[in-house]
Amino acid sequence: MNKLANMNSVLCSIALAALSAHAQADVKIGLSGPFSGPMAADGQEYIDGFSLALEQLGGKLGGQDVTVTQGDDMMKPEIGSQVMRKFIERDRVDAIVGLGYSNIIMANLRRLKDSGVVSIAVAGGPSPMAGAQCAPNVFSIAYPNDGSGEAIGKLMQDKGYKNVYLMAPNYQAGKDMINGFKRWYKNAVAAEVYTQINQTDYSAEITQLQLAKKDAIFVFYPGSMGVNFIKQLKQAGVIGAVPVYSTFTVDGTNLPALRNAALGVVSGNTWNPSLQNPQNEKFVRAFEAKYKRTPGTYAANAYDAAMLLDVAVRKVKGDTSNKAAFAAAVKAAGAEFKSVRGRFSFNSNNMPIQDYHAFEMVQEGSHFTGRLLATPLSNHKDAYVSACPLK
Amino acid sequence: MTKAPIFPSQWLPMLLLAALLLVPMTAVALDAHFYIGFMTRILIYALAASALNLVLGYVGLVGFGHALFVGLGAYCVSLASLYGLESAWPQLALALVSCAVVGLVTGAISLRTRGIGFIMITLAFSQMGYYVFVSLKNYGGDDGMSIAVTSQLGLGLDLGSPTPLYYATWIALAATLLWMHKVRQAPFGMALRGSRQNQARISAIGFPARRFQLIAYVVSAMVCGVAGILLANLNAYASPALMSWQLSGELIVIVVIGGMGTVFGPFLGALLFIGLEEIMKSQTEHWMLVVGPIIVLVALAGRDGVMGGLHWLDGRWTGLAASGSNRGPGPGAKVASAKGGE
Amino acid sequence: MLLLAQLLNGLQYGLLLFLLAAGLTLVFGIMSFVNLAHGSLYMMGAYIAASVANSTGNFLVGIAAALAGCLAIGMLLERVAISRLYDKDHLSHVLATFGMIMFFNELASMVWGKQPLFVAIPALLDGTVDLFGLQYPLYRFAVIVAGLAVAAGCYLMIHKTRLGMLIRAGANNTAMVGALGINIKLLNAMLFGIGAALAGLSGAVAAPILSVQAGMGEPVLIVTFVVIVIGGIGSVKGAFYSALIVGVVDTMGRAFLPLALNAVISRELADAAGPALASLLIYLLMAAVLAWRPQGLFVAKR
Repeated sequence: MNKLANMNSVLCSIALAALSAHAQADVKIGLSGPFSGPMAADGQEYIDGFSLALEQLGGKLGGQDVTVTQGDDMMKPEIGSQVMRKFIERDRVDAIVGLGYSNIIMANLRRLKDSGVVSIAVAGGPSPMAGAQCAPNVFSIAYPNDGSGEAIGKLMQDKGYKNVYLMAPNYQAGKDMINGFKRWYKNAVAAEVYTQINQTDYSAEITQLQLAKKDAIFVFYPGSMGVNFIKQLKQAGVIGAVPVYSTFTVDGTNLPALRNAALGVVSGNTWNPSLQNPQNEKFVRAFEAKYKRTPGTYAANAYDAAMLLDVAVRKVKGDTSNKAAFAAAVKAAGAEFKSVRGRFSFNSNNMPIQDYHAFEMVQEGSHFTGRLLATPLSNHKDAYVSACPLK
Repeated sequence: MTKAPIFPSQWLPMLLLAALLLVPMTAVALDAHFYIGFMTRILIYALAASALNLVLGYVGLVGFGHALFVGLGAYCVSLASLYGLESAWPQLALALVSCAVVGLVTGAISLRTRGIGFIMITLAFSQMGYYVFVSLKNYGGDDGMSIAVTSQLGLGLDLGSPTPLYYATWIALAATLLWMHKVRQAPFGMALRGSRQNQARISAIGFPARRFQLIAYVVSAMVCGVAGILLANLNAYASPALMSWQLSGELIVIVVIGGMGTVFGPFLGALLFIGLEEIMKSQTEHWMLVVGPIIVLVALAGRDGVMGGLHWLDGRWTGLAASGSNRGPGPGAKVASAKGGE
Repeated sequence: MLLLAQLLNGLQYGLLLFLLAAGLTLVFGIMSFVNLAHGSLYMMGAYIAASVANSTGNFLVGIAAALAGCLAIGMLLERVAISRLYDKDHLSHVLATFGMIMFFNELASMVWGKQPLFVAIPALLDGTVDLFGLQYPLYRFAVIVAGLAVAAGCYLMIHKTRLGMLIRAGANNTAMVGALGINIKLLNAMLFGIGAALAGLSGAVAAPILSVQAGMGEPVLIVTFVVIVIGGIGSVKGAFYSALIVGVVDTMGRAFLPLALNAVISRELADAAGPALASLLIYLLMAAVLAWRPQGLFVAKR
């Protein structure tokens, strides 16, 4: 019984601490993502990218002091709901950054919309969020889920491939990506193969692929699935023999685990450390100096989110109490802040209007990185904006 | 309640449960609305763990797949709501029927095995459920489904809003605990607990032990379905992740921490485990490094859990008020821990 | 030819599963201990192999380190915690090892970081062999050879050595072996250590194929349990046959089920149902086996 009494008192003191903290801080940010579990490496990118930006801004956003509260969603929707509830109801944050993967975003979309709290996704934008369920306070600073699929589809169409072999995990983002690809790629599809989510061994599927008639391959395997898939594809001698195009399969977060296995793979993305603009060079140099590794896409997006908020808070002169006005300021700030991606603004559905690139994985000395190959879609808007009632 | 309880192991948890009735008012008064949802979650876990306790504690069968039924219950809400059925009552009926049917089929097959076989086959069934729902792409697949309209209880009460949901959960839990208490004493419960120690003997004295166990399994599946309905309303969401084996594992941990085979054990276990998890999470990013060994220690310390501690208190209590009172083994007395398995 | 290649894939996957299942089933058969943390030992093996191979530049040294490391971790774990659990029931085993999984996953991500580790395939085994026109990875052939060698080694150890004799005797009647003056404590610790070393070996062998990261042990653990339940708990021979069956069934299901469904039902439906059914296949197999023969297919002789 003693234990229980203690626990209750601890809970009460946490509640009180939260209340008093609210009275002091000027801007409160809730940062959520998969900070433990199999996707923890991606979550770390959110934290490091966002922290680096705050450090460069002197610990302030728009001149106001900032407190950041972290919430680990463990990539489980149920835990993610708990985190959002905590941010909104207990910590009463002014903005939520991160939001995790599509499954967490979808689990919380209604709650976020109802709360009116500015919410910025750094790792995706599921199609309902871009379309019918869009909200004035919910943003994606990343991309609609199928954006890069569209870009690679266009690139492969332009390059004149006639028979492409498609592979993705059997879940919503996988289907979205393949559909985005096929919106722009109109020639024949050799096969469309969906594998079990979080599968580790792809030997059966790769054998099928090797024996199929195709002139190129397009795959989508995010996170650690990408490491497994690309390694095994390389070992079967496919990479190098057949052109391999991908999205989110190879990037800064898993390139260190892949190294030469990914050489020659083309990856569709909105950002890469090699993109040349002053803001990006500053970001990449500072990131590598501080964390001793190359930043990944999510770190860049989280960094952008902080820079976006900096401009938005300044626009409302530090007064974030009017949620609607703050959300409007964030939207307007989209076209004003300096993104590491270069050109950037928010469309009417709060999705980015930006360039979509294709990078080829190359080796420079002992360093593995991407080299800009093409920009198939510039200033591109997503396909769902017409379904969104926002103007 | 039947009669005034005498032992601390009974009145302490009851007092605590009664005190929890005040949570929503207190939270509103303190302007800490978050804790209504937080406590609701604890009570829902307590409900699911109590259901598991019927199989795990009373019968001694380690069911490692109860998350399947929680997930099924949650999907009954999201699917019904998708097709315009928004009243809580038909959703409840749907959840009870589907959990009963799935429980009956999987239970009948699972109960052919014992020990590790039972652990593994229940796990296999919940994995199957997980993969089936992951592949239903029209219903969100791996991303899960959000629930646009939460369950309507009638009279303008909406399970999606915190206070009605909290009280609905409290009532479901209290009713389940009361039932678990009654069943302990009833021939059905006696036979279940007896079959845990010696199935042959129970069968020999004329109880159909296997059939009783199947009934217990099905009932426990149905109660887990109710927990699923409540969880779906709490999160306004249903996802295949609810069927993952980690949730099944957590429910087992909760039952054991609380004290298996006891009425209040799962309730106390849920308070303690989720509370501990929450506190550790707020202290350190590496909370699993602490919680993991604590679970190992609980397993090493034996299976009496929090209720074991309270029963020890009972001994002191009866020792103090000794002479006149009836000193039979209290209703909460320990069930000898038989070596389960083969 | 396609069939042959897929059979090889199934064989290779099955042998990897066997390395895991052998230790698990021995520990279960003799000590009657359910070890959910077996997957964590697999993960530790992969991590140790990866970090040692990267710092020495020699993959074989990495494998040796994984074997030795997991043997040590296993024996230590047995002495510190697991030996105290033998006289408790299966529930306590499940609980304690569930806690250990949490501990090891967090430990690994603290020690080695959250980023997955990279391990190169040794130069000698890098490349492909031409299998009647299909490029088959050389490394996977090596895995098959190594797996068969370990299986043969296990057979010889169990049937031809003194340790094996004690293991067989222990499986029959532990008390009697103890009464004959054998140090049961040491035997148990060694047995658990050997099981752990086999799990570590399996992790080390998988390291160049897979993403080495925290939590990599759990998915494969569940499949391993399927293997030992189908094979009959406590039987190493059963684990061998059943690992091959599970490996082949799973691979064939993934390769041919979507194709077969495509021929029967609409493509849209087949795309959705194919992978789902393929991932269900081994669980269906296990449920069917348990419903038909609850003791498993190849029960250990008692």
